[in-house]
Amino acid sequence: MRETVIDAHNLSKIYDEKTIPVYALNKVHLHISRGEFTAIKGPSGSGKTTLLNMIGGLDIPSEGFVEINGTNITNLKGNELIDFRLNNIGFVFQSYNLIPVLTAKENIEFIMLLQKRPKKETDQRVLELLKQIGLEDKVNKRPRELSGGQQQRVAVARALAPKPQFILADEPTANLDSVSAEKLLDMMLKLNQEENMTFVFSTHDERVINRARRVITLEDGKIVSDTAPTPVTQEQTETK
Amino acid sequence: MILKLIWRNLWRNSRRTLITVASIAFAVLFAILMKSFQNGVFKNLIKNVVGYYSGYVQIHQKGYWDEQVLDNSFVVESSLIPQLQQNANIKVIVPRLETFVLASKGNTSKGCLLVGTDPVNENKLTHLKDKLIKGSYFENNEEAVLLAEGMAKRLEVSVNDTIVLFGQGFHGVMAAGKYKIKGIIHLAAPAMNDSFVYLPLGATQYFLGAENRLTSISLGIDDSKNTNAIAKKVKSRIGQKYEVMPWQELMPEISNHIKADSFSFYVFSGILYIIIGFGLFGTVLMMTAERKYEFGMLIAIGMKKSKLELVLLGETLFITLFGVILGIVLSLPLVIYLKENPIRFGGQMAKAYEQFGFEALFPTDFDPNIFITQSLIVLAMAVLIGLYPLWHVSGLDPVKTMKK
Ligand SMILES: Nc1ncnc2c1ncn2[C@@H]1O[C@H](COP(=O)(O)OP(=O)(O)OP(=O)(O)O)[C@@H](O)[C@H]1O
Ligand SMILES: [Mg+2]
Repeated sequence: MRETVIDAHNLSKIYDEKTIPVYALNKVHLHISRGEFTAIKGPSGSGKTTLLNMIGGLDIPSEGFVEINGTNITNLKGNELIDFRLNNIGFVFQSYNLIPVLTAKENIEFIMLLQKRPKKETDQRVLELLKQIGLEDKVNKRPRELSGGQQQRVAVARALAPKPQFILADEPTANLDSVSAEKLLDMMLKLNQEENMTFVFSTHDERVINRARRVITLEDGKIVSDTAPTPVTQEQTETK
Repeated sequence: MILKLIWRNLWRNSRRTLITVASIAFAVLFAILMKSFQNGVFKNLIKNVVGYYSGYVQIHQKGYWDEQVLDNSFVVESSLIPQLQQNANIKVIVPRLETFVLASKGNTSKGCLLVGTDPVNENKLTHLKDKLIKGSYFENNEEAVLLAEGMAKRLEVSVNDTIVLFGQGFHGVMAAGKYKIKGIIHLAAPAMNDSFVYLPLGATQYFLGAENRLTSISLGIDDSKNTNAIAKKVKSRIGQKYEVMPWQELMPEISNHIKADSFSFYVFSGILYIIIGFGLFGTVLMMTAERKYEFGMLIAIGMKKSKLELVLLGETLFITLFGVILGIVLSLPLVIYLKENPIRFGGQMAKAYEQFGFEALFPTDFDPNIFITQSLIVLAMAVLIGLYPLWHVSGLDPVKTMKK
């Protein structure tokens, strides 16, 4: 039995409760274990973003609750919640992830600095990640000097740097051409295996979905299919 | 890291930042210059008016100012002058005995104001020697008068002629005396030029039978801005017996003129600052609107709102601080230069001024307080404006802001 990271119970999000209620999310149960590489797919408006926002502690469910590593985050408020996100969850958004006035290196270390990690540890980690994402030569470039794919790789590295419980990525490849998208996914997959990092991401892109180990399909706020995770990573991570 | 973010964000849109800095600098420069000018002009005006005759502060017997007669004169106590001399801000002490008498030569006579004074100190306060147009200056123990130009014309006399003074002395005694004219003086104010006669104090007291008596003591001080403080101090020591009046009470018209003019400065600079304030607010508003998504992202990934607010407030304060410092750096040499090289007006204006014996000179006043006050006003305004992004961030919901 693998360690549970995300546990969502009976999650619903209802908009316009007073007029015509819209169920953006309808009684969803979701359980994700450490090391999983999960894609969430579904047509536009099916509730992917809503679900990710709930388990990322960015939005409050109308019903149900979310536990991250045993902590019920639905009860957290204000700064507690922000701090929880800072220390436990890595975020990658569709675009404009990076702080435009900081260099690639500074963006990657940003979260570790907010966490007040020791400088030595931070520097080491950033160096290691820059290598892993293949951007050692872009250390001092600002985001606008990087391609869209490079920017997303830096965003993944930033999310990964402090070794959070899991990384949430809402359509991380939506703004990328297919080559960059595949490259980003390969990189994520590699990090998933090397660091046993849990990834949950949403996507429309079939080629991206093919790389996932587990695929959850949403429709009208409900999970309509959940293909079982392929038990890959165990041996691969151990052989490393 | 906070500082790094503030600094880099400032140069994100460097043109906008520079324009904002420049506009703040201009406002500070303008306000400082205007205020320094105004203070300089006032100081000069006060110095001129006060140096005419009255002095910055006068001491009289209680009741003298309302009824200016010899019977309201006072005997100088031996402790009074030393007490005044102790005050380091008081630079000159001019004892005077003043009354109206009749001056005549032959069949012509004319009423005049006889001023008995100490020639040396009188000159220190009112520069009487400089007003001499004929003859020479009088000395302490002389029985000789300086006659104002208008008087001399009326009586058709000149230097070395003798005039007779008649009048009522202390307690109504008859006073009469013959005095040689030692010099003719030109007094700028026509009323004074037509009626003043100066005689050394000792001779005047003897003439009026008012041994050891004075009607007023006029004080010259180091800086006009200390007037009220000095008047207060003197009052607290001798106010029981004497009336102590600063020039504002002696010449309320001038004091009111200055008050009205100061008020117009406050209105003007207020408007200036409001305009600049809106400019700064515009910058802050644009900056906040442009970066909404970024703020949402930062809060989403775990940056505390308070930290983000610190960055934003820092940006506003830095811009303002740069502007203020630039404004000071630019105005400092200008104010100092214009103090040393006052602007000199020509034409009608100069003539009008010269009629009253003023040089048409407008030096600025170099007063660090002006710099400090104007800077603080602008900074306070910036803090107020800087609160807007804080308010914006405090109500920011990352999910809503990041929705495309
Ligand atoms: N703030 C809101 N107010 C009202 N309805 C909302 C709001 N946010 C989302 N919805 C609705 O909730 C539903 C789910 O939206 P969501 O953004 O989660 O879909 P999605 O699967 O991420 O779609 P996409 O693929 O287009 O990103 C949609 O029907 C949407 O219209
Ligand atoms: Mg979405």
